Amino acid sequence: MTPAIEVRAVEKHFGNVSIIKDLNLSVAQGERHAIIGPNGAGKSTTFNLISGYLSPSSGEIRLNGDVISGLRPFEINRRGLSRSFQVTNVFARMTVWENVRCAVLWATGHRYAFWKNVDDLPEVRRRTAEILDDIHLSHRRDVPAGLLTYAEQRELEIGITIAGGANVIMLDEPTAGMSHAETERAVALIRRLTEGRTLVIVEHDMSVVFGLADRISVLVYGNIIASGTPEEIRANPKVKEAYLGEEAH
Amino acid sequence: MTSTVTSASDIAAKSSGQNLRFYGVWVVAAIALVALPLIFSSGGSLTSFSLIGIAIIFALSYNILLGETGLLSFGHAVHYGLGGFAAVHLMNAVTAHGWPIPLPLIPLVGGIGGLGLALLIGWVMTRRAGTVFAMISLGIGELVASSSLILRSVFGGESGISTDRTALPHIFGWTFGPQIQVYYLIAFWVLVSAIAMCALTRTPLGRICNAVRDNPGRVEFIGYDPHVVRYLAYCFAGFFAGIAGGLAAINFEIANSAYLGAVQSGMVLFATFIGGASYFFGPILGAILVTYLQLGLTSVTSVWQLYFGIIFIGIVMFAPGGIAGLLMMHRPLIRARTLGMVIPSYLVAALPTLALACGVILVIETVARYATGGGEGSIVRLFGIPFNTTAPATWGTAAVLVVGGFIVARITWRRITEAWDRAASIARDRGYLA
Repeated sequence: MTPAIEVRAVEKHFGNVSIIKDLNLSVAQGERHAIIGPNGAGKSTTFNLISGYLSPSSGEIRLNGDVISGLRPFEINRRGLSRSFQVTNVFARMTVWENVRCAVLWATGHRYAFWKNVDDLPEVRRRTAEILDDIHLSHRRDVPAGLLTYAEQRELEIGITIAGGANVIMLDEPTAGMSHAETERAVALIRRLTEGRTLVIVEHDMSVVFGLADRISVLVYGNIIASGTPEEIRANPKVKEAYLGEEAH
Repeated sequence: MTSTVTSASDIAAKSSGQNLRFYGVWVVAAIALVALPLIFSSGGSLTSFSLIGIAIIFALSYNILLGETGLLSFGHAVHYGLGGFAAVHLMNAVTAHGWPIPLPLIPLVGGIGGLGLALLIGWVMTRRAGTVFAMISLGIGELVASSSLILRSVFGGESGISTDRTALPHIFGWTFGPQIQVYYLIAFWVLVSAIAMCALTRTPLGRICNAVRDNPGRVEFIGYDPHVVRYLAYCFAGFFAGIAGGLAAINFEIANSAYLGAVQSGMVLFATFIGGASYFFGPILGAILVTYLQLGLTSVTSVWQLYFGIIFIGIVMFAPGGIAGLLMMHRPLIRARTLGMVIPSYLVAALPTLALACGVILVIETVARYATGGGEGSIVRLFGIPFNTTAPATWGTAAVLVVGGFIVARITWRRITEAWDRAASIARDRGYLA
């Protein structure tokens, strides 16, 4: 079976500074894959490369077997890959309902339509209501997104990401800055919403990573030093030395 | 407090309620437009209403860019002007060739003129938003304005190109000679354009425009190309600006380079911002106010632009949401029935604020008269009272009004803030404020 995401020999440098060196990564269909690594290892850059925010200096990225490196973010999104952001990135002046609905519109085929009343699209309305139920924000539907609490904004961020129905979901530190209880809630949410889809997640919270991921890749200085199941990663001496060692104590 | 589950039927009911309100508002607007000249029938008010109508379409078209899509244009008048010239040229061609095109359809040609230019230059202009777009729009505005003086055969140079609206084929016996008939023509296009632009905000494209305004970077990750969204918005704005320009050409029976210049572009920005870009009806209020001020102030004072500047600065600093923003601020208070708590503080503040304003006006007029060298004499009449600009008493009065008014007004403004905070916190407790 073709992997959902395949990154082959990707490099990224800004001027003389090399951020990503010979990155190779393969994520199977339906797998929950976590990318971990110390600060500045290039995790967010990896996300930006795969989602099209940055284009690789060299190498190739494939989504479901098709080359996507060099495509614009919206082109990649239309092929079924959706990502969230580490810093909350919502439509602040629009309501929660409108935020989610905007993310539903392209996927339901309404594109740039200027001849349809957006309130009269049953399919869009149904899906938006479903997503709001899923992320537990139905009671906040008419509140401008900018006025939500931090945890609610993070949930909305996930809602916008999954709303288009993409089958590859990438979440960039979805629980960053959350309390313990909020984190637990968010993890349950992520687990439920990404059921049957491929998930790539960057996360600092090791309990989240080991609780959620089928496979883990460890990124250090722009290079993946190990990739495997949680048990393999836990046992890997290179990982212990580079990363987990300092976390464990 | 609120129910946690929103059922699909709730949403459907809400949507049909919104539709009902949508149609209701426009029926009322149509009746008002028809009835207006029956109540105010003087030639002067008909002219004013016609100008206001044109300004409303123009300002609403500008708000497709500013309020809906977050694009600050300094050159929107190029589409207004192109619409005007397209209309004038077609009117002259219709007259010359005897084509069967009646006058009421001419504004549509103006719209096509404005749209044509937008299709042509829009793609390059909308590559980037923000400062880049603003600067390019300024450049394009200057470019088109200066070429209008160079390409004499198309734009008629300094004098412009004139036309005769009554020479077109008549329809239903309307000659469009009398201003009342022109008013109804403009009123018809105001209604049609306003409904169309309001409906546009409620389409998938309209909502994605809002998303591009709020966060263009994120839009790319929900499947949309913000460049395409901005381009489409730009084309719609150009189209409706062209309709306004076509109506202006019909109203004045002339199109000249002033139509597409920086002053015209500045006025529409001014009207939209003062009215309030965040609400659909904001630019309508702004267009009404600015047109009235333009017509009214010019006959009262020679330094009317100075007052425009003061009003603009005041709105930018103290009410960035414009008049519409100020009005809508009160909505949660009305719903929570706490508006009564702030009204007394408004009334208390009105007197010293008015004194301050009178003082400022006295200073401006006195200085303006003094500075122009006294050619018009040294007496200024304000509010029916003659003031001698060379007399110390006048300067003293002005100083007392400004300084005294400001000191007292500041105290009353603080009381407004306090009363407002109390009313808002109660409204928040009652669930009417997020």
